[in-house]
Amino acid sequence: MTYIAKPKLHHPGLPTNKLGFTRRDYEGRISTLCAGCGHDSISAALIQACFELDIEPHRVAKLSGIGCSSKTPDYFLGQSHGFNSVHGRMPSVLTGANLANRQMIYLGVSGDGDSASIGLGQFAHCMRRGVNMVYICENNGVYGLTKGQFSATADKGSKAKGGAINPDSPIDMVSLALLMGATFVARSFSGDKKQLVPLIKAAIAHRGAAVLDVISPCVTFNNHAGSTKSFDFVRDHNEAVNKLDFVPAKKEITVDYEPGTTEVVRQHDGSLIKLAKLRPDYDPSDRTAALTYLQEREAAGEVVTGLLYINAEAKDLHEHLNTVDAPLNRMNEDELCPGVDMLETINGEYR
Amino acid sequence: MSSVSAEGRASTPAPARRAGMAPTDIANPNYFHKVVDCQWACPAHTPVPEYIRLIAAGRYSDAYMINWHSNVFPGVLGRTCDRPCEPACRRGRVEDEPVAICRLKRVAADSKDDIRDRLPKPAAQKNGKRIALIGAGPASLTVARDLLPLGYTCVIYDADPFAGGMMRTQIPKFRLPERVLDEECGYILGLEPETRFGQKVESLKAILAEDYDAVFVGCGAPRGRDLDVPGRKEAAEHIHIGIDWLASVSFGHTTKIGKRVVVLGGGNTAMDCCRTSRRLGGEKVDVVVRSGFAEMKASPWEKEDAMHEDIPIHNFLVPLEFTHEGGKLTGITFEKVKAEYDAKGRRKLIPAGEPPVHMECDDVLVAVGQENAFPWIERDIGLEFDEWEMPKVDPTTMQSTHSKVFFGGDAAFGPKNIIWAVAHGHEAALSIDLYCNGQDVTVRPSPLVNILSQKMGIHEWSYDNDVSLDLRFKVPHAPKELTLKDVNMEVELGFNRELAFKEAQRCLNCDIETVFEKNLCIECDACVDICPMDCITFTPNAAENDLRALLTAPAQNPTQDLYVSDAMKTGNIMVKDEDVCLHCGLCAERCPTGAWDMKKFYLETAKAHTCSR
Repeated sequence: MTYIAKPKLHHPGLPTNKLGFTRRDYEGRISTLCAGCGHDSISAALIQACFELDIEPHRVAKLSGIGCSSKTPDYFLGQSHGFNSVHGRMPSVLTGANLANRQMIYLGVSGDGDSASIGLGQFAHCMRRGVNMVYICENNGVYGLTKGQFSATADKGSKAKGGAINPDSPIDMVSLALLMGATFVARSFSGDKKQLVPLIKAAIAHRGAAVLDVISPCVTFNNHAGSTKSFDFVRDHNEAVNKLDFVPAKKEITVDYEPGTTEVVRQHDGSLIKLAKLRPDYDPSDRTAALTYLQEREAAGEVVTGLLYINAEAKDLHEHLNTVDAPLNRMNEDELCPGVDMLETINGEYR
Repeated sequence: MSSVSAEGRASTPAPARRAGMAPTDIANPNYFHKVVDCQWACPAHTPVPEYIRLIAAGRYSDAYMINWHSNVFPGVLGRTCDRPCEPACRRGRVEDEPVAICRLKRVAADSKDDIRDRLPKPAAQKNGKRIALIGAGPASLTVARDLLPLGYTCVIYDADPFAGGMMRTQIPKFRLPERVLDEECGYILGLEPETRFGQKVESLKAILAEDYDAVFVGCGAPRGRDLDVPGRKEAAEHIHIGIDWLASVSFGHTTKIGKRVVVLGGGNTAMDCCRTSRRLGGEKVDVVVRSGFAEMKASPWEKEDAMHEDIPIHNFLVPLEFTHEGGKLTGITFEKVKAEYDAKGRRKLIPAGEPPVHMECDDVLVAVGQENAFPWIERDIGLEFDEWEMPKVDPTTMQSTHSKVFFGGDAAFGPKNIIWAVAHGHEAALSIDLYCNGQDVTVRPSPLVNILSQKMGIHEWSYDNDVSLDLRFKVPHAPKELTLKDVNMEVELGFNRELAFKEAQRCLNCDIETVFEKNLCIECDACVDICPMDCITFTPNAAENDLRALLTAPAQNPTQDLYVSDAMKTGNIMVKDEDVCLHCGLCAERCPTGAWDMKKFYLETAKAHTCSR
């Protein structure tokens, strides 16, 4: 934890984006997490991504649950909306907010405890429904706030700081998201911003439930030999299936690429994801194959990262429900309460 | 204080690598010294951030003593220094203006307690060596200060009846009150040198014939350059050489001047001449300069002060002739010129092709430069002069080609300023001490260096790392209506303690160095994420120019070093661009393993009296 505020002074050559903001304008308060926490790197990646996408901070809502990870929305996008919900209940609160105002960008920030234990049901259902959001699971395999017990994502056989061996099977957030119908599924590592920042940008541009499982070492309780969520382990076992470059809508691709090694995915908003294939046979549009590949590689002890699955044509909750385009707060009383006659008509349909 | 400490010693030299940068050798004191921009830029290498922190802590006497040891005249310099430290100050690269280092020094001098019991005492035992010091200005007094406590007998000669040299004769009292100069010259005279004041040295040969073990020449650049244009002789009564005129004012011989005065020249002497004229009856005082405003040699703040006293500065005018009537000056005619630059960027002043300008005036002060003059040094005593009639002096040892004779101050390399004179004095004293002990003067002793962690607790540092956002504070001035009436009334009032504290808080503590230990680093990026100035990057190694371009924030200031580590586990190296680091310590505070530490670097240059033998 740090007691002095980060000085307001910044590098004289710090670039500004289209809105005239510097990257520093997307920061939040100074982090109170342990020094070296992977979560702080993820916050920095979020800041970088929002800066690069020229996002107006007031268009973003950050929602979280409980835990180290769920504290982080305080540490980025200080000018955005935030809601710190009940433990594991971020997905329902976010779904409600999204239904009320579909014009916002929703960042759901959670961790392995908040998502894979107490909030597992919520996680599954918001994937099923295709809530238009970025779901970031800051995954360190350990309960940091309660001093380092194994969480539900800790690998079987991995070692706690005190020496205990985990006997339980892990929940793999990525496989679960795929099974539950998420339409953008990726895994990354807090220590690799080159991979993480474009993934966040592509996830923000995605319509539907976008899940980012980000391995984020807990330097205090889970960064030792025998841990499978440590800096060293992830660096040694990181197997990236692709390298991606996000091109926002209305920007032309100018760089040539070799066919067969690069794939371009166009999302519904016109943005492009250029994927350099690091595993030539990996196809991120094939969900079944992705699931199989993940099982195989993870059995071999590897941590598969990159954009694992994308359905660029996905529809979200609003389309499933056929809701109106306007946010509820932009509609007048007559539109929101069409009156007794309309109620009678609707009720009549069910009689 | 220990000598070069064992801490922070660099790892063994890395094996040759492919075109990448070698790890920074932080065991070389020059590396961290250079990071302390102000101290590095100061000719006397005063440990600036250390004394600024002491001022913030209200420890004015301690701050004064650090200054006194290093620059000998803190009260004088706190009012008159040319401040090479301020353009170098890192704060000036981070926001608009540097820390007001010079005027903070004055606060230490003005607010200190009686420090006389902290000064060295006259040597209890003389060592039998006799040194002649020619001139009683800042260079000679520094030599005397360094040598007297060691037991040397120092004999100081000066043509004037007082100590101080140009500090007394050329700097007006409204900038430097006499009591300040007397006090600080007094500290040196208190070490009991022999003084031969009022005695002009006419022959170096005669001095050498006396029983001296070494001679130090610190006689300044005592001759003001004249302006040889038509009318000079005829109107001579009302044309004065600037530095001579200032000296005459200083000693009370001159007390008034005509109502309309023209000052020729664009240096600090010209500024002193015009401001003094305003106080001695000059109602319409004009400064006329050959060059453009920006190229004038005067310090920006001296130009400002002159203009504040309603003195216009006219540029690009070259004097053609002094006009006179019946032997009395009536004015000056100038030719208008313009600047033109050749392919090599050299400036040439060429006629603008406009009719000449005539300025009426009653008196002219010529302040177009100073020259050295050594008519009293015989050319057959083994002391060589160069083609410009300057003595050949070694810039490190200050020794001339006559092994017994040393030079310093303006006498050595032409007109500079007080702080350079002090720096020369220290080096010359060191050389004289080595010489008198039969040692090689070219083997210079190492500086005293200390580097020590400032970590006191998990989040506690022994310095205030919360960076102030205040802009530079202005030094209050006495009202112009009063100061223009009295040539001895000091214009600047100096910072009061409250302002001094706030200004001191603007200092970035550049001497609290960021020290990186690569073996502890786990490459978690925490320092990269937190650094407010984007100074730190972890990257594969490359040649310096390539590295500079690919950093988080490209390092575009080639005068500032890159701090580079050896390769780490991932093969990456740590690169820190020193340029705009705030020394806030957030990298160290956010580092989970203590790979970054904030260590205070203290360097004191070797001096004759600190090198025990």
